Order: sequence, then structure tokens, then C-alpha cells
Amino acid sequence: MPRPELQAPPEIFYNESEARKYTTSSRMIEIQAKISERALELLALPNDGIPRLLLDIGCGSGLSGETLSEHGHHWIGYDISQSMLDVALEREAEGDLLLADMGQGLGLRPGVIDGAISISAVQWLCYADKSSHEPRMRLKAFFGSLYRCLARGARAVLQLYAENMDQSEMIMTYAMRAGFAGGVVVDWPHSSKARKAYLVLTCGPPSVQTSLPKGKGENGELCSDDDESDGEESQTVGIFERNRPRKKFRVNKKGKGREWVLKKKEQMRRKGHAVPPDTKYTARKRKAHF
Amino acid sequence: MRLLTHNMLSSNIRGVVNGFPLGIEAEKVVEREVELSAEFLRGVFPKIEWGALVAGARALGHPDLLPGEADASMLASDDFLRRFHRALLQLHVEEGALVCPETGRRFPINKGIPNMLLHEDEV
Repeated sequence: MPRPELQAPPEIFYNESEARKYTTSSRMIEIQAKISERALELLALPNDGIPRLLLDIGCGSGLSGETLSEHGHHWIGYDISQSMLDVALEREAEGDLLLADMGQGLGLRPGVIDGAISISAVQWLCYADKSSHEPRMRLKAFFGSLYRCLARGARAVLQLYAENMDQSEMIMTYAMRAGFAGGVVVDWPHSSKARKAYLVLTCGPPSVQTSLPKGKGENGELCSDDDESDGEESQTVGIFERNRPRKKFRVNKKGKGREWVLKKKEQMRRKGHAVPPDTKYTARKRKAHF
Repeated sequence: MRLLTHNMLSSNIRGVVNGFPLGIEAEKVVEREVELSAEFLRGVFPKIEWGALVAGARALGHPDLLPGEADASMLASDDFLRRFHRALLQLHVEEGALVCPETGRRFPINKGIPNMLLHEDEV
């Protein structure tokens, strides 16, 4: 599958059927919940149990917001796709939702927000989907307005899938230009699937507080994710030998025999397939005639 | 959309100098019960533009809910906290519009979601 960013603009790509996946696919829900949990952890809010006012940029169906609500925070969610926001309404997201384009700036008063998270959204800014789009201007508008609306010392944690190094560099450059301090935290850097990059940005000059937390699994620690071993492995498997000898099909002169056939039919029955009944004809050899 | 969000939001149109506060045209207002957290209210109070909040509550049909002036000392009173909480977090605008104070541009609100998308010439 090509990257969604290369297929269509976000407001088109996240149509009803794509948005529906975010309510029905338990795998997607689980991954989103895990990432937002980690993002909240990286946000490093003071551990005093006081609810904060947070931003969720690219909130989509409100899955990440749900994590924020579970921790008692109030949040404002931005998204550009009406279909995704409809799903969020269906899921009864507790935060306030705004239909807006982050590349046009957030339009918030200065210094009022205690933190911001964004799950897999910021990389969309690097693509020009309309003739009026200029990625650099949009990145500048986004980071500028984000910097302005955050309170001093507040953090923004942006999880993103950059297509290549140039892209992540470009995003980083514009974040720094806006005045942010911080850098990239990479979880599970050695795994191609579980690898997640988080841009952790702090408002204000660098200090002890702005030092970056460590990514998970950097020192060979093993990833405990169960979904590591599920069906999509084929994407990451390399081919070592091009001319691997074909497995020879062993042909037994006598065939497999009645017992084997009965065993197979029983297996199929247990799986719920329609299997003809066992009779005296089952697995009987045909007469040798023309 | 709650008044909390309204209080943070300003008009984002290019060339607008003072886009705050947005006017509210409320057609349908609903109230949803939310748990009161005194710490959150105390934390958020200094960031709230009081005048805009009072105007917002008036636009939502609750002109007497909030006092015209407020300062941090009033946060000790339970009655004030409850009113503040109700205005800030429990009143939702479901249908209506937000209006830019300078240009008069309307941002429609559908199903509680304001459409803040700008046209190309407004960016």
C-alpha cells in the first residue's frame, strides 16, 4: 500500500469508509490508544492530578482524545475531515471538536494551552494538495501558531510518519524556527513496524526541563508488542536467495490412503466447511480404464 | 462547542488584527452534565477573558449566570465555582455560527463543530 499522503488530500482520503475503520478495527484502535498513551507520557505534565487544557491536532475520530479524557484532561481537537469528526461525534468524544486546517494556523489566543499532542498528522503538511498550498508556508503557520498558543514551558508531542530524512528535517527546521526547543524521540528504532518517531517540543529556551526523554527499546530492549508477529510481516521480509530450489512434491505411488482422507474430511468438518458424508466410496481408487 | 473553546478561539483570517472575541449566533444550545473540578477551574481562571465569557453566556441565553466582573478571590465561593463551571464546560452550542468581529465573516457550527476552514484568499 502506498502511503496515504500520496493518495489524496486528508479531507478526501479520510472519507466515510476510511473513517469507519477507526470504529471497527480493534487493531487500529489499540495502536492509536498505545501511541496516544505514550504521547501523553512524553508530554510530562506535572503529576498532581489537576486536569489541564490540551490540544489534539488531527484528532480524527477522537481515539487519542479518549486517552486524554481518561486522564481527566479537557481537550480541543482539530481535524480537517468531516467524516472523521462525524465518527468522533458518534463515539461521544468529550473534547470540543473544530473543523479546521492546521496549515492555516490554529487561531488560538496566546499562552492559553497547557500542552499539545498530535498522532500521525503533521507529515500531511509536507504535501501540497492544492495550487494554493505551499508546504513551507503551511509548516511555518502551523508551528508559529502552536508556539504562540502554548503556555511557557508547555510541551507539544507530535508523533509523525515522515516519508524520508529530508521531510523530518524540514519539519524539525520549521519547529526550531518557530522558537521551539527539543528533538526527536524514537521508540523501537530497530523494528521497522513498531518504530515510532515523536517530535518532543518545548516552549521556551533550552534548559534541564527540555532535555529529551529516552526512546523505548534503544538499547536492544525487546519490543513486547503482540502485533509484531501478525499477518503483515510480508512487508518487511527480505529475500536472501533468489534461486532457492523449489520444494519437491513428494508423490507416493499408492496415494494418501483412506485414513488420510478421512482425517482431512474430519478436519474440514470441524472448521465448518460443507463436506460430503463418508461412504464406502470415500477414497476408493478409480478403475483403470479409458 | 463549549464556551471554554470559544474563549480561546480567535479569528484567523489574514489581515485581521483583533479577531477576539468571536460573536456567537446560537440557534440550538444544549447542556451536558460534567464533573466539577475546582482545581481545573482555578488553573484556567487566569487564562479566561472574563468579558468574552460573560458575553458568550448571554448569547447562549443565560444573561444572569455570571457576574459582570470577577477576580481570583471569588474562586473561594462554591456558588461562583458552580456558575463558572456551568458556563465554561456544560453549555454547548449545537447549531449556529461564530462571527469574526472585524470582517463579519461567519463560521457555521454544525452538530456542535465549528467550521473554521478558511477560503484561499483568507489565508
